[in-house]
Amino acid sequence: MSRLEARDVTLGYGGRTVVEDLSLAVPDGRVTVIIGPNACGKSTLLRALARLLAPSAGAVTLDGKAIARQPTREVARVLGLLPQTPIAPEGIAVADLVARGRSPHQGAFRQWSVADEAAVEAALAATGTADLAGLRVEELSGGQRQRVWIAMALAQDTPLLLLDEPTTFLDLRHQIEVLSLVRRLNRDLGRTVVMVLHDIGLACRYADHLVAMREGQILAMGAPGEVVTSDTIRRVFDLEARVIPDPETGTPLVIPLREG
Amino acid sequence: MASAGLALALVALMGASLCLGDYSLNLGQVWQAVFGDGDGAFVVTTLRAPRILTGAFAGACFGLSGAMLQSLARNPLASPDLLGFTQGAGLGAVATIVLVGSGDWVTAGAVGGGLLAAALVGLLSWRGGFRIWRVVLVGIGVGFTFWAGIDLLMTRGDIFEAAAATQWLTGSLNSRLWSHVAVSGIGLAVLGPVALGLGRSLDHLGLGEDTAAGLGVRVGAVRIATAITAVLLAAVAVSACGPVAFVALVAGPLGRRIAGGPGPALGPAALIGAALLVAADLSGRTVVAPMQLPAGLFTALLGAPYLLWLLAIQIRKGTL
Ligand SMILES: Nc1ncnc2c1ncn2[C@@H]1O[C@H](COP(=O)(O)OP(=O)(O)O)[C@@H](O)[C@H]1O
Ligand SMILES: [Mg+2]
Repeated sequence: MSRLEARDVTLGYGGRTVVEDLSLAVPDGRVTVIIGPNACGKSTLLRALARLLAPSAGAVTLDGKAIARQPTREVARVLGLLPQTPIAPEGIAVADLVARGRSPHQGAFRQWSVADEAAVEAALAATGTADLAGLRVEELSGGQRQRVWIAMALAQDTPLLLLDEPTTFLDLRHQIEVLSLVRRLNRDLGRTVVMVLHDIGLACRYADHLVAMREGQILAMGAPGEVVTSDTIRRVFDLEARVIPDPETGTPLVIPLREG
Repeated sequence: MASAGLALALVALMGASLCLGDYSLNLGQVWQAVFGDGDGAFVVTTLRAPRILTGAFAGACFGLSGAMLQSLARNPLASPDLLGFTQGAGLGAVATIVLVGSGDWVTAGAVGGGLLAAALVGLLSWRGGFRIWRVVLVGIGVGFTFWAGIDLLMTRGDIFEAAAATQWLTGSLNSRLWSHVAVSGIGLAVLGPVALGLGRSLDHLGLGEDTAAGLGVRVGAVRIATAITAVLLAAVAVSACGPVAFVALVAGPLGRRIAGGPGPALGPAALIGAALLVAADLSGRTVVAPMQLPAGLFTALLGAPYLLWLLAIQIRKGTL
């Protein structure tokens, strides 16, 4: 079952086509990871799934209905997004930023509530940022900042979560921490996750469903064990590599061959 | 909290302005004049109250207009006076004064001129997107063009109407009538809530377009509504007291500083705009009494150095 689907979408910017005739059904209750070389259209696809970019052909559907025709605010209660390069306004405190995630649940007359407070606290706790709550965002390290942004998306409390490269700027330990967090959200809370990752090994570890893109097209998708072969790596990344089982998890691990 | 303090300060300032001037009154006399029929009745209800209320309402309109545009552009240079909207409203108002006479139509003329200027600036600076420096440069150019249009109208117009227009153009609260209070008050009462209603969306836009949209903000609709509301607010203010410079430019940043948060702080900006214009008017009537200097002169004395400082910072940061 898929609440969120892209059906034959063509995406681009001002006449330039980036993604053409692509279809993707995001499996509910699973972690889907998109991999692919730089500029192949991963963020573009994610933005279209999040209703930020209107397809020039085809449609993105949420619960079977064209997402473009659903009210923005209602979509925001179902679908949370962490963009690749979010902007923090100068001087904003961590707690205030995370609290912004509650916005879709508030109305002109429904102000800050106990449920909002609880969601923010849970998001801060889950991302290990509760201690940072009083600091200003510009005082944080890249890794702390990234976790704060994830906390904001968590506070939004949506069944679907789209994360564009949530592990950039993070050292390995924090990458693992963030990905384990994502997995917990999926396993324990049943959140459906779609994220873009760069590290194929980590993508294989944490993905239930792996999507490999190149030049705006999906070249392969499925379980990481089936998708990641040396043939796929060659076709997707133009890279000669061996694929061995990760000694820790048994998932595929990509070892690039020596040059020459 | 910040807003409550600012509102108190504004009320105190308005009270002081009612008392002070060529003919000084104490609060008791003012009270008498308003609710009874004391000696000062004429001074208070005919001379001072209309100019003070017009100043407060129009100042709030300018403050809101500037703060909204600055928050939309994420740049402190984006105020209606630098973007040419104020000058557009000025041309519209002067054209109406010269062609039709000073009356109710002046506001409609100002609104028309303001929208025309905004449309021109928008069209001329659009290159598949907006770059703030391009918008500001085009806005300054459009502003000068509209000033030239104003000058042209003044030389063509009837001497008497031109004299009325000249006084109005300096951005002055001299000889304001209750009709000006009504125009600026109604404008603020209608547009103010719209502006404040857009506040949360503007705040979210500060997180970037994608994040804002992800939080349920209808980015395109909010941008258009903000631009139009800001132009209308500036036009209302201009039609009530002329193109007073710099109030719209400084109110937003001051409001944000006082509110201490990251958001657009529209409420504080409105209160500060009101306080600035009332204070400038009070200074104009008292500093070199019995001469009456236009309020626009004092706002320029405050605003021009601030603009230079802002430009210096932006040039150093490489954002201009
Ligand atoms: N806002 C934009 N305007 C114009 N072109 C864009 C925009 N965003 C991305 N692109 C272009 O679309 C292509 C795909 O970009 P993107 O989806 O960000 O790639 P990825 O996330 O896979 O690195 C790139 O060539 C990029 O230059
Ligand atoms: Mg990307």
